[in-house]
Amino acid sequence: MDFLRPASWEEALAAKAEFPTAVPIAGGTDVMVEINFDHRRPEYLLDLNRIGLLREWEVGEDVVRLGASVPYTQIMENLRTELPGLALASHTVASPQIRNRGGVGGNLGCASPAGDSHPALLAAGAEVEVESVRGSRLIPIDEFYTGVKRNALAADELIKTVHIKKADGPQQYSKVGSRNAMVIAVCAFGLALHPQTRTVRTGIGSAAPTPIRAKAAEEFLNAALEEGGFWESGKVITPSIAKQFGDLASGAANPIDDVRGTAKYRRHAVGIMARRQLVWTWEQYRGTTGRSLEGAA
Amino acid sequence: MRVNFTVNGRQQEADDVWEGESLLYVLRERMGLPGSKNACEQGECGSCTVRLDGVPVCSCLVAAGQVEGRDVVTVEGLAEFSKQREQHGHGGACGAGGGCGGKGGVTLDAAKQWQAKPAGDSQTGEGVELSTIQQAFIDAGAVQCGFCTPGLLVQADALLEENSSPSDQDIREALSGNLCRCTGYEKILDAVRLAAARQGEAV
Repeated sequence: MDFLRPASWEEALAAKAEFPTAVPIAGGTDVMVEINFDHRRPEYLLDLNRIGLLREWEVGEDVVRLGASVPYTQIMENLRTELPGLALASHTVASPQIRNRGGVGGNLGCASPAGDSHPALLAAGAEVEVESVRGSRLIPIDEFYTGVKRNALAADELIKTVHIKKADGPQQYSKVGSRNAMVIAVCAFGLALHPQTRTVRTGIGSAAPTPIRAKAAEEFLNAALEEGGFWESGKVITPSIAKQFGDLASGAANPIDDVRGTAKYRRHAVGIMARRQLVWTWEQYRGTTGRSLEGAA
Repeated sequence: MRVNFTVNGRQQEADDVWEGESLLYVLRERMGLPGSKNACEQGECGSCTVRLDGVPVCSCLVAAGQVEGRDVVTVEGLAEFSKQREQHGHGGACGAGGGCGGKGGVTLDAAKQWQAKPAGDSQTGEGVELSTIQQAFIDAGAVQCGFCTPGLLVQADALLEENSSPSDQDIREALSGNLCRCTGYEKILDAVRLAAARQGEAV
């Protein structure tokens, strides 16, 4: 095994081009587990810890450009207003020690369907900025996940930043697990209201081969809110709309039975989370409750 | 490969390090510092918690090569680290620049021989005085088999550095990544509350 320690982003891209099999390591919270348990023996480890720009973020007018290695702790502490859904999701990641190391770039690189940040990214709307010596490109988050633990990266590409739309309305995130910390999601759900475009977006985690959006549920809700004049009037969401939204979200899930839960349970839980989050976010939108935009994980 | 980094305030060098090796392995097997415990090797248990440039991390998930030029504090250096913090009024690490200089820190030999010697004990002729959190763990009976204790001490010390009067919720959350298989959590919570109260009195 070789340990590559590029001092700059350019050096990292050159190294990845020269050794396409090199496994990037930043927080190490996935890669080191695999090495410790001898599940993986990469020929090359490409350490990204020395590249400062990956740990920076920039809040623009419409998007936050989040460096791939910004630890979850920093997201929770600094980006709650701009990225409330992702901040909530970050708070559900493992433990403080893990949140001090892990970041969204690793979640995307690993592309596990159970990655905690995916539903929040899908709901907010995001693009993944990847780069190689050939140049850079932006991959829409909807096209990023290509299979179980597979993503749209080419062998010579590295994830540089994630461009996430700043919240223009309430966002929520929930994760089901057997305890509050140190748990891989049984399933997860994220919801973002986008009052500017009068649309909603969703994200489902751990309940399909890849993280997915509940598109039929989104379309139904967009139409129901439009037809009922809900965005203008800010009136209460009817129970039948909430139920239908939950049912459609549940139907979008395509889960399996495994040690963490059954497919049936996951489908059920996704529906419940979707329904509750719709009520929570809508109440927030109406401004009638004290539940803050930032949420409380 | 060779890795140079600061451990408990002193510059150290590890040779013949395998590229896939963890910081935990280097500390325990190459530097003779077994305080950081090896239990799960997957970041689940927190027994291997150390400060990396001041930040609490699971040392089993840090690749050895990633600590080149960086600053690590282990449980063996915790008492000295906490003393320095009290004296200089700064938390966190000495920094990559080695700001602590030569006189601070704990030598590898001293760290290897480190033993818990409560302050005020008549037997205490040598060794380092315990930090507030260490003494509180003893006084509150928060140590049973002791395997989780080093990780808890490092993590709890970091909590109290950030937040001098944590709520029970704050303590639970801060320690949520440290598992105690004796399930002695209530006493551990007591110990952190005790340390916070004693820290408050001292100010």
